[in-house]
Amino acid sequence: MSASKQQAHVPQTTGHVWDGDLQEYNNPLPNWWLMAFYASVVFAVIYWFMYPAWPIAGTFTTGFKTITYVNNKGVEKTVHWNTRALLLQETNEAVKAQKPYFDKLSSMSFEQIAKDPEMNSFVLSAGKELFSDNCAPCHQQGGAGKVGFAPNLTDDDWLYGGHFSEINHTITYGRHGYMPPFAGVLTDQQMTELADYILSFEKYPVNPASAEAGNQLFHSETAACYYCHGADAKGRKVIGSANLTDSIWLWANVPAAKTIADKEAAIKTVITGGLNRGVMPTWQGRLSTDQIKLLTVYVHDLGGGQ
Amino acid sequence: MFKHEWLETNIGLLTILTMLAISIGGLVEIAPLFFIKNTVEKVDGVRPYTPLELRGRDIYQREGCYLCHSQMIRPFRDEALRYGHYSLAAESQYDHPFQWGSKRTGPDLARVGKKYSNEWMVAHLVSPRSLVPESVMPNFPWLLTTQLDYSDIEDRMRALRIAGVPYSLTKAEYDANVKKFGKQTADMLDINKARQNLIKQAEDNDYDGDPSNISEMDALVAYLQVLGTMVDFSKYDDDEFVKYR
Ligand code: HEC
Ligand code: HEC
Ligand code: HEC
Repeated sequence: MSASKQQAHVPQTTGHVWDGDLQEYNNPLPNWWLMAFYASVVFAVIYWFMYPAWPIAGTFTTGFKTITYVNNKGVEKTVHWNTRALLLQETNEAVKAQKPYFDKLSSMSFEQIAKDPEMNSFVLSAGKELFSDNCAPCHQQGGAGKVGFAPNLTDDDWLYGGHFSEINHTITYGRHGYMPPFAGVLTDQQMTELADYILSFEKYPVNPASAEAGNQLFHSETAACYYCHGADAKGRKVIGSANLTDSIWLWANVPAAKTIADKEAAIKTVITGGLNRGVMPTWQGRLSTDQIKLLTVYVHDLGGGQ
Repeated sequence: MFKHEWLETNIGLLTILTMLAISIGGLVEIAPLFFIKNTVEKVDGVRPYTPLELRGRDIYQREGCYLCHSQMIRPFRDEALRYGHYSLAAESQYDHPFQWGSKRTGPDLARVGKKYSNEWMVAHLVSPRSLVPESVMPNFPWLLTTQLDYSDIEDRMRALRIAGVPYSLTKAEYDANVKKFGKQTADMLDINKARQNLIKQAEDNDYDGDPSNISEMDALVAYLQVLGTMVDFSKYDDDEFVKYR
């Protein structure tokens, strides 16, 4: 406060005196503060008239301000201002801004999208976000998957197929791989033979006689592995039975096991207990058709698309 | 004439009048919500929790999950994109207390039901960083090893019944539930069958992957998997719920 102002108003005190000389000023509120206070009172009153505010009886005052939006049936509606209508209005605007992309997205085939550089960068940026919100908790950031949990989406090994239509089907409806437990059906000896047969595809130094016995068993009616995994043991895409001839493992952690005995044990655990853990959730309903299409191309682009 | 100074120097009176002023504000703003017909949207599918889900909700509260997770998707575009349809008041009408929360260290859970598999939920609760390396969520390994205590499940349901949740004790209440929710759900809400219903749901679904016992994990996962899944939004126009605001 400047010196002249200070002289202009003589300080008042509250009148109390403590300890002989301690006094308390009784200054008026600063004018800017008072003005702001009155202004907010005026603002509140205007607000009451503009927006939903006062409850009365079984309803409330809705305010004069209105908002216009178009619903999913294409019907334009004007209602009193509220956040739910505002959301619809904002969604309409955002959809309009992205419309050129989404129109292209729904009219183009998967192959065309993958080849179109502009669409591809759209898919990459939008897909990345969708993937980290929804898929990364299982398939991990980048889609490399997790052994014993969810498959790697960046390699060219596919349980259910790596073509656009197959990936799209997987995401839309989800998947649930099932293999029955063989505990009690097969002896420990037989399971070791089967494991050796499977390991022999990767040229691990297993006992050849045992692997041959496993080969017989695999294609016999006793174990009937061929029924699901195919006579060539390469798996069948319709049921997502794994390709057992390659070096890619989802459930039996063969690569991490050091000795042949450990590798056999890893495979035997799967045969004994069967598999019922491979649950890929359904995304239809949670994600839109366009979002799923976008993710299909994104997953295909991760590296292993066919 | 009335002088403010008079109020300011009477500390007892100042306290009483301040409390009065605040209560009037609260009463005018909050109390009418209980009487406004449109507060709770009319929507199909919302039902009280089954006994097992209810125990799961109790564990959710006990572990303080609500301190990091909200269950309230607000009608904003970014939230709609990430979490799905905004939460309806109707969806928490049987929650006492509701779990809206006010802090999001982790994501909103209002629609987490069926987003992940039971396997994921169990593995994530036991050790979140095994699946989400950058997570700051604590490990909850004891849920898997602690037997679920459901000895007082009937009392818990009875208490909520007093708060207005339609769990049924009498034949008449049961019949009313059959009318309102259908037979299957009404059976689940019958306090007299609570124990057998709880055991059956846990055994049929085996949420925690261990069929030999009913753990706290079974209950919590059952609860998480039902969150936000009761209303089928595909049945409604996207502006169906605008008229309630
Ligand atoms: C709860 C964990 C989980 C979530 C979340 C999840 N997945 Fe999966 N996903 C799996 C599992 C497990 C499998 C393997 C299913 C099986 O073994 O039968 C799988 C399989 C797949 C496959 C087939 C792979 C193949 O080899 O054929 C694709 C493609 C896929 N997921 C994409 C996605 C996308 C895209 C998302 C996000 C929208 C997603 N997943 C979210 C767990 C999950
Ligand atoms: C009813 C069909 C079915 C039968 C019969 C069957 N499997 Fe499987 N198997 C599957 C499916 C499906 C998977 C993949 C499960 C998943 O990913 O969720 C699988 C996975 C496997 C795996 C794990 C592969 C990996 O990546 O870790 C091994 C090993 C295996 N089967 C071996 C066998 C052997 C050996 C037999 C015969 C004793 C057999 N299966 C019989 C359906 C079957
Ligand atoms: C210290 C804060 C904190 C606490 C307490 C906490 N969480 Fe979390 N939670 C997180 C964070 C951060 C994430 C995101 C990273 C992740 O997925 O682990 C998360 C993620 C989740 C998710 C996955 C949500 C999604 O859509 O991906 C679920 C489900 C979940 N938590 C459940 C729980 C439950 C149940 C409890 C109580 C037993 C709990 N959380 C306690 C911080 C917490």
